[in-house]
Amino acid sequence: MKFLISIVLIALLSAAACLYLPWWSIAIVAFIVAAAIPQKPLLSFAAGFIALFLLWGALSWYISSNNNHILAHKVSLLILKMDSPELLMLATALIGALVAGFAALSGSFVRKP
Amino acid sequence: MRILPLIIFSAFTAGFVYILDTNAVLPAPLGKLLSPQHGVWQNAEKDNNDFGGELKFPQLKGKVDVYFDERLVPHVFAEQEDDVYFVQGYLHAKFRLWQMELQTHAAAGRASEIIGSKALEHDREFRRMGMGYAAEQSLKAMEADPETKSMCDAYTAGANSYISSLTDSKLPIEYKLIGYKPEPWTNLKTALFLKYMSYDLAGHDNDLEMTNAKSYFNKEDFDLLYPSKQDSADPIIPKETVYAAPKVTVTKPAAADSLYFNNKDLLALHHQNPDRDNGSNNWAVSGKKTKSGAPILCNDPHLGLNLPSLWFEMQLSTPNFNAYGVSFPGAPAIIIGYNDSCAFGFTNGGRDVKDYYKIRFKDDTRNEYFFNNEWKQTEWRVERIKVKDSLDYVDSVAYTLFGPVMYDKKFSGSEQTNNQYYALKWTAHAPSNELKLFYLLDRAKNYADYSAAILNLHTPGQNGAFACKSGDIAIRTQGDWPAKWKGQGDFVMPGTDSTFMWQGMIPADETPYQYNPERGFISSANQHPADSTYPYYLGNDYPIYRGAIINKRLTAMEGITPEDMMALQTNNYNLFAEEVGPVLLKNIKQADLNADEARYLEFMRNWNLNNDAGEKGATVFSLLWNHFYKAVYNDEYKNAPATAMRPFESTLVHAVLRDSAYKFIDNIETTQKESIEDIVTPAFKSATADLKKAAAEGKLEWAKHKATGVIHLTKLEPFSRLNLPIGGGTWCINAAKEDHGPSWRMVVSLTAETQAYAVYPGGQSGNPGSKFYDSFIDQWAQGKYYTLWLMKKEEAADKRVKWKMSFKKA
Repeated sequence: MKFLISIVLIALLSAAACLYLPWWSIAIVAFIVAAAIPQKPLLSFAAGFIALFLLWGALSWYISSNNNHILAHKVSLLILKMDSPELLMLATALIGALVAGFAALSGSFVRKP
Repeated sequence: MRILPLIIFSAFTAGFVYILDTNAVLPAPLGKLLSPQHGVWQNAEKDNNDFGGELKFPQLKGKVDVYFDERLVPHVFAEQEDDVYFVQGYLHAKFRLWQMELQTHAAAGRASEIIGSKALEHDREFRRMGMGYAAEQSLKAMEADPETKSMCDAYTAGANSYISSLTDSKLPIEYKLIGYKPEPWTNLKTALFLKYMSYDLAGHDNDLEMTNAKSYFNKEDFDLLYPSKQDSADPIIPKETVYAAPKVTVTKPAAADSLYFNNKDLLALHHQNPDRDNGSNNWAVSGKKTKSGAPILCNDPHLGLNLPSLWFEMQLSTPNFNAYGVSFPGAPAIIIGYNDSCAFGFTNGGRDVKDYYKIRFKDDTRNEYFFNNEWKQTEWRVERIKVKDSLDYVDSVAYTLFGPVMYDKKFSGSEQTNNQYYALKWTAHAPSNELKLFYLLDRAKNYADYSAAILNLHTPGQNGAFACKSGDIAIRTQGDWPAKWKGQGDFVMPGTDSTFMWQGMIPADETPYQYNPERGFISSANQHPADSTYPYYLGNDYPIYRGAIINKRLTAMEGITPEDMMALQTNNYNLFAEEVGPVLLKNIKQADLNADEARYLEFMRNWNLNNDAGEKGATVFSLLWNHFYKAVYNDEYKNAPATAMRPFESTLVHAVLRDSAYKFIDNIETTQKESIEDIVTPAFKSATADLKKAAAEGKLEWAKHKATGVIHLTKLEPFSRLNLPIGGGTWCINAAKEDHGPSWRMVVSLTAETQAYAVYPGGQSGNPGSKFYDSFIDQWAQGKYYTLWLMKKEEAADKRVKWKMSFKKA
């Protein structure tokens, strides 16, 4: 339960924070949530990872679909050197996931579970 | 709490974030760029994006309604005169901000601020050319005129209203990728943009290259390589026009031969030169040659093909005027287009208005220079160039009464060392207010209005075509043209006294023009403005083939329809190949060819002389010509300075047509004397080697070989459209070259209800993430047009209106 709540909280609060704050506010959100809802370090990491993987994956998929992937085709060529909108979405999701995962892992050491 | 893991993992996370937020480790800040709520995903425009909205600004004086049609062309209806330019500035910034700023940064010599020291040579060259100085001069003229001042002020305010509304996540994608932010727009930036067009169109000169050629070759060879009588067979103003005696008489200095023509002075200089084919076609046919009885005006300016496009299509309407056409993002007004009464379009004038003078400084301080037997004080302009990730670069440019000393010991334009001083004299340095031309043309009702408007065009000089519903057609080869003695300014000139200075400008009433000519059409394609009976020196550097074919076709046409004009604008006939092809074919020794070579020769023999996209013969001809040209001249130029003029291609054509024993045919590196056959046959064999390679790559068809592309201003390939299936080329009316060509094709039939058609190789949005980014390119490549809609205010409910933006006074 704690695990699911952490995921939902990190995802929702990250989306809200990014409306006003820089992109790395996701790290702060994940850190605070992990500190507030103590879990084992590995579970905290997983919660942060999954939350942002889902959030950034879903957001980029939603934005790109509405755009017929015009931009994703071009930017994937530019950044990944291959024409793959899906891979660009995956890269987006993974970057968010790793940042939030490590931030949550750090936060999990604030209190004992 | 577990302190140690907390510290370790927090530090690790912070480091990870740092890496993803900067380009210190990775080539790009991937976290910042890929964050869906901040980065490039934010530039992925919704397929069904709503461009409508309601906006309020305190600067507005009344109400402005903007109706976007299905091609995203805005039709702007303003109650107040200035408001229309406020909204134009706003819309230019909304759709094209990054390009507006980049182009003006490039013009001002500020590219290093954005991309670092690799742009330093460019920035120094542009500043030494006096681009900033020239823009400041023009700004004074623009702001001295109340009408253009209020137009610029409104435009700038509109652009800034958009810029200040931008959040980081809404920045154009290029700012995010390169990592910088826009600064406020200014009237000076508009002046800089217009100077950039002056550079592009009136910045071409061969003076340095010709000086080196003159110094390297002996007089006999030089005269053969650069004949002073270029074929002016079909000038813009037809032959047999009678010109009065010149009002300005110029005299060749007594010392011209010894100090100038016969002076041998090798220059170790290099300059960027705008494309020589920055040309264009325009023509207008009178009602007596058209099916409808109304005049038709056509224009297709040939410029660099870029994304975002140089042009932005729109309609501007107020109670005082109603104009439709293309505008320059960066400047107010419609530049090429039509209004309720008339249509107008331009081609480049192309005369040499940029000369160099050799300066003698007293010493290395450059504080004093010798002029008319005395030492004159230098004026200094200190150019401080900001360089990204580096210290500022300070360049002190000496200004003489000729102009800025562009080249000195500290700057040669290349790696070469240069111990001489050369000042630049350029008409673009003079204050002029070209915006007034467009302000007036957008409002012109008749020939008298056009004639008054066009006098405001100084630099870049243009051939301005005009047609009017009253039936009038006209063309004027307008510009600030120095009155020169024959050969003046073809080479670098002595600058120690006033002898070699320009002695005056050609008076406006001696500018060649045509008004309702007997032949029923006017036309220009950058060829000679007039024939040799025109009493002023016009120079030699003019392309001749497009103009000749246009005039030939127009002369033969009757009952012309707009569709006929579209077919002419997209015509791929290669008159150059018609002239020189038979000479080449005749001189290939068939017996020396192997089976492969003979097969390729057949493509050329069977070719219909049209550079159509699928023609293989055009590719064979083009490669054969290139190899032949090199084979003829490369031996003579082997030891010539790198910056030495090569002969015009038409020079070689006319030489071999006249005399197959043309002196330079002989290869001077061999003991035997080669005939034209001995040169053409191996040239064809070399061409065949290229052709086989092309065939292996599937690139034998002309369009695939030529590979026309519309290239993003950063040259990023994913943002460009490459390898378009389009024919034409340098010698054709459809002048689509590799990265250069018809940048806006327009046909306007001035019937009671104007019928107009046009297309440009781009799209209305500058955002690579928008479907409107390149939406016109396929249509353009296929030679198809859009029907233009000069909307009326009462048509607001028309189904062509897709979105409405309304602007109100706050």
